Amino acid sequence: MSNAAALAAQPAASGIKPKLSQDDRIMRGFILMVGVWMTVTVLLPLYAMLSKSFENHDGVFTGIANYIEYFSTPALFYSIENSLFIAIVSTFFTITLAFIFAYGLTRSCIPGKAVFKSIALIPILAPSLLPAISFVYFFGKQGIINEVLMGNEIYGPIGIVMGEVFYTFPHALMILITALSTADGRLYEAAISLRASPMKTFFTVTLPGIKYGLISAIFVVFTLVITDFGIPKVIGGQYNVLATDIYKQVIGQQNFQMGAVVSVVLLFPAIIAFVVDRIVQRKQVALLTARAVPYEPKPLLSFDGIMFAYCCLIGFLIIAVLAMACYASFITFWPYNMTLSLKNYNFDVMDGGGWESFFNSIRMASYTAVIGTIIIFTGAYMVEKAKGFGAVRGTIQFLCILPMAVPGMVLGLAYIFFFNHPDNPLNFIYGTMAILVICTVSHFYTVSHLTAMTALKQMDPEFEAVSASLKVPFFKTFIRVTVPVCMPAILDISIYLFVNAMTTVSAVIFLYSTETNLASVAALNMDDAGDVAPAAAMCMMIVYASATVRIGHALLTRGLAQRTQRWRKR
Amino acid sequence: MSEGSSNDPHPYLRIRDVTKKFGDFTALRNVSLDVNEGEFVCFLGPSGCGKTTLLRAIAGLDIQTVGSIEQAGVDISALPPSERDFGIVFQSYALFPNLTIKRNVGYGLENRKTPKAEIEARVAELLELVGMPEQGDKYPAQLSGGQQQRVALARALATSPGLLLLDEPLSALDAKVRVHLRHEIKHLQHKLGVTTIMVTHDQEEALTMADRIVVMNEGGIDQVGTPLEIYRRPASPFVADFVGTMNFIPATVSGPDRVSIGGNEINVGEGLNGVGVGSPVTVCIRPEDVTTRDIVGSSANSIETTVDNLEFLGSFYRAQLLTTGNGKAKLLADFSINLIRDIGVEEGKTLSISLPESRLRVFEGSAKTEADI
Ligand SMILES: Nc1ncnc2c1ncn2[C@@H]1O[C@H](COP(=O)(O)OP(=O)(O)OP(=O)(O)O)[C@@H](O)[C@H]1O
Ligand SMILES: [Mg+2]
Repeated sequence: MSNAAALAAQPAASGIKPKLSQDDRIMRGFILMVGVWMTVTVLLPLYAMLSKSFENHDGVFTGIANYIEYFSTPALFYSIENSLFIAIVSTFFTITLAFIFAYGLTRSCIPGKAVFKSIALIPILAPSLLPAISFVYFFGKQGIINEVLMGNEIYGPIGIVMGEVFYTFPHALMILITALSTADGRLYEAAISLRASPMKTFFTVTLPGIKYGLISAIFVVFTLVITDFGIPKVIGGQYNVLATDIYKQVIGQQNFQMGAVVSVVLLFPAIIAFVVDRIVQRKQVALLTARAVPYEPKPLLSFDGIMFAYCCLIGFLIIAVLAMACYASFITFWPYNMTLSLKNYNFDVMDGGGWESFFNSIRMASYTAVIGTIIIFTGAYMVEKAKGFGAVRGTIQFLCILPMAVPGMVLGLAYIFFFNHPDNPLNFIYGTMAILVICTVSHFYTVSHLTAMTALKQMDPEFEAVSASLKVPFFKTFIRVTVPVCMPAILDISIYLFVNAMTTVSAVIFLYSTETNLASVAALNMDDAGDVAPAAAMCMMIVYASATVRIGHALLTRGLAQRTQRWRKR
Repeated sequence: MSEGSSNDPHPYLRIRDVTKKFGDFTALRNVSLDVNEGEFVCFLGPSGCGKTTLLRAIAGLDIQTVGSIEQAGVDISALPPSERDFGIVFQSYALFPNLTIKRNVGYGLENRKTPKAEIEARVAELLELVGMPEQGDKYPAQLSGGQQQRVALARALATSPGLLLLDEPLSALDAKVRVHLRHEIKHLQHKLGVTTIMVTHDQEEALTMADRIVVMNEGGIDQVGTPLEIYRRPASPFVADFVGTMNFIPATVSGPDRVSIGGNEINVGEGLNGVGVGSPVTVCIRPEDVTTRDIVGSSANSIETTVDNLEFLGSFYRAQLLTTGNGKAKLLADFSINLIRDIGVEEGKTLSISLPESRLRVFEGSAKTEADI
């Protein structure tokens, strides 16, 4: 203990303040840039919208006056009930149908699973108005089988729900397939050895095992439905929902303040669903890391037969909806002249934007895919790999998942308020292609960010440490190692952005200009003007473009896998 | 703590009072250590004792909360890894999967504007050095674990760093490869003369490879010494227990330099430094140091035991003995096959053994060891 004195004699040790390396500074710079980007493209617009909802027409602060007006106008607040009704009913049907389908694909021995899955994912390639238009041809006044509705109108809740189920089916399906295929086979073996009945096994093993996936799917579908604009716009008739109300207030009545109020109202269910989904996701991660033996289904003739019939039926219905839109787009003049022609594809003679709008969409989707992927992947890399800077990184991580909670209509309207403000130095991008790209990147930021994060987390965390020890700047390792290794995820992100940019209507409906008209918006406007067949034709053009790119993506991914199989894990 | 400093006035690496906190948790407390140029030092300790944390502090990957680190006379305490001089091999190897072995090894050279031909020559030389000159065009996934380990080593050595840091480099390999690579790494280190720190929780690895071993426990250093010192003269019951097999025999001080084990008095040399008569102590001896031949007179430190159990371990027998007298203490002793036969050791028989004074360690109090649990 003789050195106790020596220790005491030393000056009080002070904390080390680590010196930042060049790499650290660059990374922090990037992180701050991501922060600025998210602030300008999400936070400030939302703030602008929020404050607009507390102002009168002249921009004077009036407190909650607008909200009082909203809730004392039955025509307006009835939409809340309508929206919730549609969302709940659609969610119920989608989840039920998708669950059985997913169950068939994962728990039975039916043939053609890959084909069924591909068919089930088709709706993703189409704008949400496509099923609505298709249903008009099936069940509308001149529809081919409108008698099955027994006198009920397709325009209204029935049509909306049917359209929403079609549109949200693949989203629910993907989540449920993932949940069902991560089940632990050992639990089923245990259940069999305990002679539990299939029913009992289902309720004691299957359901608890996919609990989180199921909850997640429910909330994802709920959010998609309640925020969707395309379907109620086309097939909603007099049945008002929140998303169409925003449109009517802003475009129809130029009442921006009331549009802002409805947006805030719509933001609530979206945020609640978002919060629940985040909590559930976190739990599910813990579940996935546990070691499990994959479940191997055993052939069972009766069960497999029922499942096969079911999957065929669903597959047939999906194809039928698409085929009807395709067929209708070639009919010269439904129902009077049923000869096939390309007349409806002559977009240039119709209001809505013409072929120009289709090529604008291709351009917009390409820019979104390229620029969005670069921003999102680089941003995710910096947030994930930077050292220190904990609070800032945490905040930005939150900002990156926030866009998921913001419905497209709300984001688009918020962009009007923010970017169209005369004092905004960024005002010049209003009405250009740039604002469409920025808005779309922000709108679909979260899913892409999470994809990037998942890929980055699978990389060895010491790559950056090794580079630093070898005095190689991090960006070289980023380009030479991280990007090639994460290429599959990067391609996934870009295809996701491309397809969504092609099909989205809700956010861009407020932001396009005559020079930057888009295909999906053109389809909506043509439908509005009564040109339903040309609208179907435009929707099909979107489907063709998305499908082409998706097939190209599949080939590219396969080629990449072959080229890199030498070094990828066997 | 003074043990951490060596006699060299200019050590290559000088660590002083390093403390590392993760929030409220202290992973390292007041660690001081000197490492000399060209030395091979092992950090040895149980899982979670802070070995990796200390290594990462030296590398600048997780900079210490307080304390200083000097390398080659320069204070590097606050420098980022890129401004320090070291090469590192991780347990996962962290080889770049999409680059060939050659490009992995040359990774640090490519950035230094070294001419291409020179890089190629150096890479070839390094691959030769680690014994895999033919594999340069393969990818890491096509190599075995041991080969990947060598590539990681070659990459770390490519830029001729002054300090080589290895974090459990062999733990992911199977036993045979591990033993083989131990020798190779040691040989390579000796040949290149690079100052090396290796983290391990495998005592055998540390004993066979290190010039000096740093035994760590709960965020602190328990002992620094050569493998022989650590083995022969453990500074604490923890070290004694962690390295090798050790008998912990409860005893009582019975006089100057003498203790009583259940009535049998033995000499313990100078190990007692001033513990009062009647105080409980723990006498430590390794099983292989217990002898039973040529026991003559009282100087032989002999005690009486009964053989409780005999276990054949191939090259020798391990006997479990119980001391006679009041309070039976358990005691392990290793005897050669010849000796067992010559003396006729059998289960149940009594046996006089000797605990040579020079091989005894005595610690104050009654030590809790794994054997008790
Ligand atoms: N980033 C961190 N945050 C919080 N605690 C940490 C962190 N890194 C290490 N620790 C804690 O510090 C202690 C020492 O960790 P360290 O990794 O240095 O152990 P180790 O001796 O290398 O063990 P092992 O043999 O298991 O690798 C452990 O209790 C660990 O949980
Ligand atoms: Mg460790």
